[in-house]
Amino acid sequence: MALPSYTETRYRVWHYIYIAICTFVFFFLIAPLFVIFPLSFNAEEFLVFSEGMKNLDPDAFSLRWYKDMVYGTKNPWGLAAKNSFIIAIFATIGSIILGTLAALGLSSRHMPYKGIIMATLISPMIVPLIISGVAIFFFMAKAGLAATHTGIVLAHIILGTPFVVITVTATLSGFDHSVTRAAASLGSNPVNTFMKITLPLILPGVISGGLFAFVTSFDEVVVVLFLAGLENTTIPVQMWTGLREQLSPTILAVATCLILLSTLILLSAELLRRRSERLRGINR
Amino acid sequence: MSSETKQILTTDGIPLEVSLKKAEKKNKIKAFLLVAPLLLFLIITYIFPIGDMFMRSVDDKMVTNMLPKTFKAMEKWENLDELPPEEVYRGFYEDYKLLAENQQHGKLGQRLNKEKNGFNTITKKLFRQIKRNKIDESASIKEQINKIHKRWRNVEYWQAIKRTAPPYTMAKYLKGMDMYFAADGSIAQVDEDRRIHRILWLRTLEIAFFVTLFCFFMGYPIAHLLATLPMKYSNLLMICVLLPFWTSLLVRTASWMILLQQQGLVNDFFVMIGLVGDDNRPEMMYNKVGTYVAMTQILLPFMVLPLYSVMKTISPSLMRAGKSLGGTPFVAFWKVYFPLTIPGIGAGCLLVFILAIGYYITPALVGGASGTLISNQIAFHMKTTLDWSFASAMGLMLLSGVLVIYWIYNKLVGVDNIKLG
Repeated sequence: MALPSYTETRYRVWHYIYIAICTFVFFFLIAPLFVIFPLSFNAEEFLVFSEGMKNLDPDAFSLRWYKDMVYGTKNPWGLAAKNSFIIAIFATIGSIILGTLAALGLSSRHMPYKGIIMATLISPMIVPLIISGVAIFFFMAKAGLAATHTGIVLAHIILGTPFVVITVTATLSGFDHSVTRAAASLGSNPVNTFMKITLPLILPGVISGGLFAFVTSFDEVVVVLFLAGLENTTIPVQMWTGLREQLSPTILAVATCLILLSTLILLSAELLRRRSERLRGINR
Repeated sequence: MSSETKQILTTDGIPLEVSLKKAEKKNKIKAFLLVAPLLLFLIITYIFPIGDMFMRSVDDKMVTNMLPKTFKAMEKWENLDELPPEEVYRGFYEDYKLLAENQQHGKLGQRLNKEKNGFNTITKKLFRQIKRNKIDESASIKEQINKIHKRWRNVEYWQAIKRTAPPYTMAKYLKGMDMYFAADGSIAQVDEDRRIHRILWLRTLEIAFFVTLFCFFMGYPIAHLLATLPMKYSNLLMICVLLPFWTSLLVRTASWMILLQQQGLVNDFFVMIGLVGDDNRPEMMYNKVGTYVAMTQILLPFMVLPLYSVMKTISPSLMRAGKSLGGTPFVAFWKVYFPLTIPGIGAGCLLVFILAIGYYITPALVGGASGTLISNQIAFHMKTTLDWSFASAMGLMLLSGVLVIYWIYNKLVGVDNIKLG
């Protein structure tokens, strides 16, 4: 954003203030994430930068908290990670199936009561999590599903489907319906048409919705706190307990791993978005 | 044209209009069947349970079921300023005796004690009399009960029983607003120093409002920068917005807990530039400051993304045109650019406000006592006091507020226009 040479001084000054504000905001957004990295390699037990770390003394850094995360005695992280992945994967599959079907129906121009149904389907994303948590807890307790994996998976499907509905509906909004009609006129049955024509075209939207559903489930703590027993603990629940009781560096080691995971997910989501735009012929 | 040719027929001889309607209906059903599984799933596991929350929040059937004969007899109690007639006493005695046999009398005493202080003592006295078979059922029950304790001769206690008769009550909702039903059935305010809920509601609104404001003032410039920079730079900067968006909420809260602690980097920085002395580092966590800072950072992406997607569609030539027509950059911005971004501002602000008003995790961890919100109070009643009906009532009060904003959002922006990433 180079300024043209004829810019008056006061606008020049204002421009630099604007750049400074933006720099500050970007710093404010991203910097907190980077505090975690160095501290997770702290050799000491305190969550402050020791003198050794400030002087980059190699002895001040260690992998002991990562070792503790993996091998520590009475360590909850292994079970939590296993539960988190199992629950998130099943919740993602459920959200994708239900959400994609619903998005296909909603994108049809024949769909009756589109507005109110869409608002209902999106509502779990809007309703405060604490209320969703209370309501889902009441249901699961009655259905005998409290403190089971099934209950948590169902709860996360509720919270994850809005994302799939939104992303797939967005993908379908640029979808050329004449290709499915062409397939039908060539004698393909609807299921075959969907699998061979529609699905490959909307796949980027489906996967990016799936990623959202995965992250929602993987990161969800409020509802799980209501539903989970000791056996169903997940990574966020363990972090929540840890942060409430005492902030140990092991949590930072876990947090570092989570940041790496989210970076991976972000990169895949970005690649998918670009691919989807290319497929739909949107060039920005 | 004759009337026969007006009616166009399909090849099977059915009028075209009918055939089209049939096809239309078939398509409608097809579309609906695709949505049906999710809709049904949500109705059963989500919408109904919210209705269940409502039933729990107004439910007051306990006493109604415990004292059926009493309430039946009370229908004949006409002058409410005088003690009830013998039938009411007899009904109450019979109900109470049954409860005592089933070990349920303690619950009744506690519930009535909430309605009027001092009930627990006199029901216990009655219980002892019944246990020792001191009550002669052939004589007047009214006289015998009245003799047990002087409070039984006080009509206010009988009025209190009568107040618990309806199976439904709005009392929990009043409690959520620091009000209650007074003895005469009118609505009264809780004493000034005990109005905790109103403070929480106001604080929730206040924090949600200011967080939205901060997000707007921080999000607008960077959304503008992202929308106007060339693609290769903006893509890189976009990661700064998206990475926090994709990162676990707990991770981000944890990093703020590290930064804001008394020996944390923010305080180190303040000491370094000489803003505060090393010995009186300010407490920035476990109060409102912590809640504001952490929530603003966490919700900022939700402001930037809608703003960005609107700004991206505004052609840069509009600003140039404004300037070439004699407007200064400020005028051109204020009169041309800013009004065009209003849809994005609306979307971003409403989204951030909705999310902020129901926030739970971050205030619970960094908020301390002065930074907790209404959600934390709901969780407290769900988990600690186990007053689920009160938690439900407060949850529904919060929900009704959110639904109003959601409705406005839907009218202004449309839920199908929510963009992610």
